[in-house]
Amino acid sequence: METVIAMAIGVLFGSGVWLILRPRSFQVIMGLMLLSYAVNLFLFISGGLAVDKAPIVDGADIDPSLYTDPLPQALVLTAIVIGFATTALYLVVAIGSRGLTGTDHVDGKEPKS
Amino acid sequence: MSAHWASQLVLLPILLPLLCGSLLILVDERRHRLKIAINLGSALGLLLIAALLMRTTDTVDGHIAIHLAANWPAPFGIALVADRLSAVMLLLTSLLALASLIFSSSLWSRVGVHFHPLFQFLLMGINGAFLTGDIFNLFVFFEVMLAASYGLLLYSYNTPRIRAGMQYIAINLVCSFFFLIGVALIYSAAGTLNMADLAVQIRGLEAADRQLLEIGTAILAIAFLTKSAAWPFCFWLPTTYATASPPVAAMLVLMTKVGVYVLLRLWLLVFSADAAESSGFGGNAMLWCGLATLTFGSIGLLASQELGRMAAYSAIISSGTLLAAIGYGQPSLVGAALFYLISSTLAVAALLLLVELIERVRNPGAAMLALTMEAFAVEDAPGESAGVAIPAAMAFLGLSFVACALIITGLPPLSGFVAKFGLLHALLNTPQETVADGFADLSPLAWGLLALVIISGLVGIIALMRFGVRTFWAAGSTTVPRLQISEAAAVSSLLLLCVLITVQAAPVRAYLERTSEALHRPHLYVDRVLSAPATPHQEEHHP
Repeated sequence: METVIAMAIGVLFGSGVWLILRPRSFQVIMGLMLLSYAVNLFLFISGGLAVDKAPIVDGADIDPSLYTDPLPQALVLTAIVIGFATTALYLVVAIGSRGLTGTDHVDGKEPKS
Repeated sequence: MSAHWASQLVLLPILLPLLCGSLLILVDERRHRLKIAINLGSALGLLLIAALLMRTTDTVDGHIAIHLAANWPAPFGIALVADRLSAVMLLLTSLLALASLIFSSSLWSRVGVHFHPLFQFLLMGINGAFLTGDIFNLFVFFEVMLAASYGLLLYSYNTPRIRAGMQYIAINLVCSFFFLIGVALIYSAAGTLNMADLAVQIRGLEAADRQLLEIGTAILAIAFLTKSAAWPFCFWLPTTYATASPPVAAMLVLMTKVGVYVLLRLWLLVFSADAAESSGFGGNAMLWCGLATLTFGSIGLLASQELGRMAAYSAIISSGTLLAAIGYGQPSLVGAALFYLISSTLAVAALLLLVELIERVRNPGAAMLALTMEAFAVEDAPGESAGVAIPAAMAFLGLSFVACALIITGLPPLSGFVAKFGLLHALLNTPQETVADGFADLSPLAWGLLALVIISGLVGIIALMRFGVRTFWAAGSTTVPRLQISEAAAVSSLLLLCVLITVQAAPVRAYLERTSEALHRPHLYVDRVLSAPATPHQEEHHP
């Protein structure tokens, strides 16, 4: 399972990096989304991968190995919300830029060819 | 009782701007006076709180005010920690905020919408970043700060601002992802995100985990180095600073210092002498990064023609000097660097406020402003009618410009000279050399740093003098610009602060030396944070 997750993160991150280096703002936004998925997954597995285990520890005399780490889940929830909000904000700015400059190039002007 | 109140006080620099910012959203946009009053009141409150925190933390045993969020003891919950360094940064923030608000009160706060709430949220994010003792919480406050800064950068938006904003936001988003990757690696290696606990855990790590932690912190450092505009992560800065509206640009100067602050705090805490093999990890990289930044900033300063870009490159030079001084890893240098931080932040902010005023000399129409007012259909055109124009505007502009230039380049008699002299003095008096015949055994790296600091000053003199001569003396047809009292007051108050820390250099330096000493004894910080008692439950008192 580690291999699958690692490959998934790698593919997402690689595609994201390629996309944010593209000249159109829409591509950059897609790239930022993919990067944020990759980073969130990465953050999520930082407590170790576990299948079918509860994240909440209840009671005092318990074996911690039967539970999964709850902290990364809390972290990733926060990170998703923040990442989503800031990416949405970037989308708004991109639309504003399109309106003001008349082009969707990230530099706000078409390159001279 | 007093300790209890001090711990509540730590929460206020975050709560006050949050509440005022939320309140300001509700106030109608046309009620400028009320909005400015609330905003100024909040900034004054922050100044007071910062001064109080400074007093409570400056005791002989180095008292640290700690607030445990939701009463969870330290490694589990989020701890807000105020020590001398946090207190002095909070003070600097509130002073700069006040100056920037006073500056904006006559004109700039009226040319767009939502200036005041965004300003308060920016303050909340910056203050939170200075106070938090938890790395993930730091991420949250960074995002609050950044989100507000995106809004403020685009404030009264026009085409150049939106172009700069697109790049600024994209770079900071990617930077946040690096932050998160760093956090994930640190958590998986050390199992904690509390800064104090991290400093404890690092001592007993296995080799593999240690390596993971070091990689994690290195990636984390990329995020902070980007914020503090270290080469090669600083290409976004000149365009952003030069296009932002002046009061916003002044606050952006402080944001680069947030990056420097975090590097200083985390590096000295986690990779202290107690950290076994990891002790001093990355110091060299920081030093080289700082040297490269200094070089880049100096070249950029020479090459730029507009004052806005010159101020931006001065900010880069200031960051480079600070990073190199911190990375050099000598306690006495950090105290001097903190003085330099305060002096250069005030001066660069003052210069950025001056940019637009000086622009009025050359271009009285203020075309940029007219455009934004058209875009927002602002009804009552401020400017000519609002406020009273002050006399002797040209003399004021010229003198302020000279004062800024003196401080930035480090010439006597103002604080820049004291700051740079302190840095060079600390560099030349390395503790190991006890021989009387001087500094022959200084390392080449130290000589390099020394030379670069002096050269950057020289370059600053050349570039700023060239601009000054061109604008004030050699300009063909200058019109006397109209300045508002508030605008002049903001600039001169920042410069007066610089004069004040020059006159009172001895107590200020002594305080910063104590700050630096406390930073170099991280075990005190760690002990205090980890042993901070949770408030006992009230149930015991019930019958």
